[in-house]
Amino acid sequence: MNPTHPKPIYLDYSATTPVDPRVLEKMLPYFGEVFGNAASRNHQFGWAAEQGVEEGREQIAQLIGAQGKEIIITSGATESDNLAILGVAEMYGKKGNHIITCVTEHKAVLDPAHYLESKGFEVTFLPVDPQGMIDLKALEAAITDQTILISLMAANNEIGTLHPLKEIGQLAKAKGVLFHCDATQAAGKIKLNVEEMGIDLMSLSAHKMYGPKGVGALYVRRRQPRVRLAPILHGGGHERGMRSGTLNVPGIVGFGEACRLARLELEEEAVKMIALRERLYQGLAAKLDYLYLNGHPTQRLPGNLNLSFAFVEGESLMMGLEFIAVSSGSACTSASLEPSYVLRALGIGDDLAHCSIRFSLGRFTTEEEIDRTIEQVVATVTRLREMSPLYDMAKAGIDLKSIQWAGH
Amino acid sequence: MYSDKVLDHYNQPKNVGSFEEGDLSVGTGIVGAPECGDVMKLQLKVENGRIVDARFKTFGCGSAIASSSLATEWVKGKTLEEAAQITNSEIAEELSLPPVKIHCSVLAEDAIKAAVNDYKNRQ
Ligand SMILES: Cc1ncc(COP(=O)(O)O)c(C=O)c1O
Repeated sequence: MNPTHPKPIYLDYSATTPVDPRVLEKMLPYFGEVFGNAASRNHQFGWAAEQGVEEGREQIAQLIGAQGKEIIITSGATESDNLAILGVAEMYGKKGNHIITCVTEHKAVLDPAHYLESKGFEVTFLPVDPQGMIDLKALEAAITDQTILISLMAANNEIGTLHPLKEIGQLAKAKGVLFHCDATQAAGKIKLNVEEMGIDLMSLSAHKMYGPKGVGALYVRRRQPRVRLAPILHGGGHERGMRSGTLNVPGIVGFGEACRLARLELEEEAVKMIALRERLYQGLAAKLDYLYLNGHPTQRLPGNLNLSFAFVEGESLMMGLEFIAVSSGSACTSASLEPSYVLRALGIGDDLAHCSIRFSLGRFTTEEEIDRTIEQVVATVTRLREMSPLYDMAKAGIDLKSIQWAGH
Repeated sequence: MYSDKVLDHYNQPKNVGSFEEGDLSVGTGIVGAPECGDVMKLQLKVENGRIVDARFKTFGCGSAIASSSLATEWVKGKTLEEAAQITNSEIAEELSLPPVKIHCSVLAEDAIKAAVNDYKNRQ
């Protein structure tokens, strides 16, 4: 990196996190002396690798209140989501052909659901309210005698809204429907417990919680009820036959350590995240008008702040924040030229969706970084608003909705 | 990711601002829509059939800002007819816009044409 440039600030922890140095430390031997195949049952190289895997599995399980045996290792949350949804659909397809999910889920849930639709399944995509919450009554009403699975995320990756997992779990249990929860963003950030929340399947990913990329897990309940899944990957019968393939031993060891650290530090870290997030939000709100919070004001991920800076297009704002890494729901950052489907689902209007920026804070974020971010965002938004015809109109009291725009 | 020319126009946009709306020597074009993520307002000041000055304000991505900034530079000194002949592909080429940003140059072309028409309608 160029030494004359300021140190870049990373506020995109929802995209991925750096590996915690303590995690890396724990992984290193597994690239060297402990290189065995965890499935080699007949020699010490295999046993040593297996021990690392089992310890990792145990730590993953403990983070969510599960048993090690209930953890199926995968390549990441995309695979976990696919395995949960496609695996349940194939295994329980004779029992019913209806699945319930919601419009703001990650593509790793929505796309398998759409795929199942093309195979004759019925899928209900529940809407959300302007804060990104599902309506429990609507969920209950959507359940039919054909429903085999409810798939709802713990925390939304864009707006950070937390779904009421316990209530969803109770409902699912009462109706005898399996509950899959994509907890990729929530794990290690808020407390999760599969027993208390009545969760039957849960997707996790190491790289969102200071572990390495390319490893994830699917929790699969073994008792009350014993959940069965048809595999996607067929082969050597690893992972109770649900996911064949030689295990990523260093990855699993790192994932386990990341989970152990998260379990021990989660509460303290959440307090720190919320304080930093509020510092950022208040700092911006004190200096900028026409600022809108996307997502839920309180039921949200500690490190997530998603804001719309009205009259300033998101990508142009990111361009001005040269040394700050954030992400935007604006269309210009996607190939489709459509703004984020999550923000659209909130009904905030495409104009505000184009103006959104997601700040996601994490373990290594400092107050000093937040203060520099406030300064730069305020300066850039102010400069771009001076250039924005919409800001002029708003200041002049013109209702932008009353204008007949020549769209293109 | 961005060409140097786009970055230059973004960092130091040319001719940002507005002319008096009521001024008969001014033509104003507003194109785009907030829902689409870009709105350009381009104004031309005309004397004796020639564009002597131009201003813009743009809500949009960096390429949209750069396209409108460039448009204000290019129209200066041109007759209305010459200005109306500026094409989006010339703008896109000058700024080395990638395919997903071509619509920004289209918008700039439309803004010039709209401003020229507005001026003519006012006379
Ligand atoms: C909610 C959610 N689900 C699934 C994924 C996919 O995770 P992975 O990158 O591990 O495949 C992500 C990551 O972007 C996510 O945020």
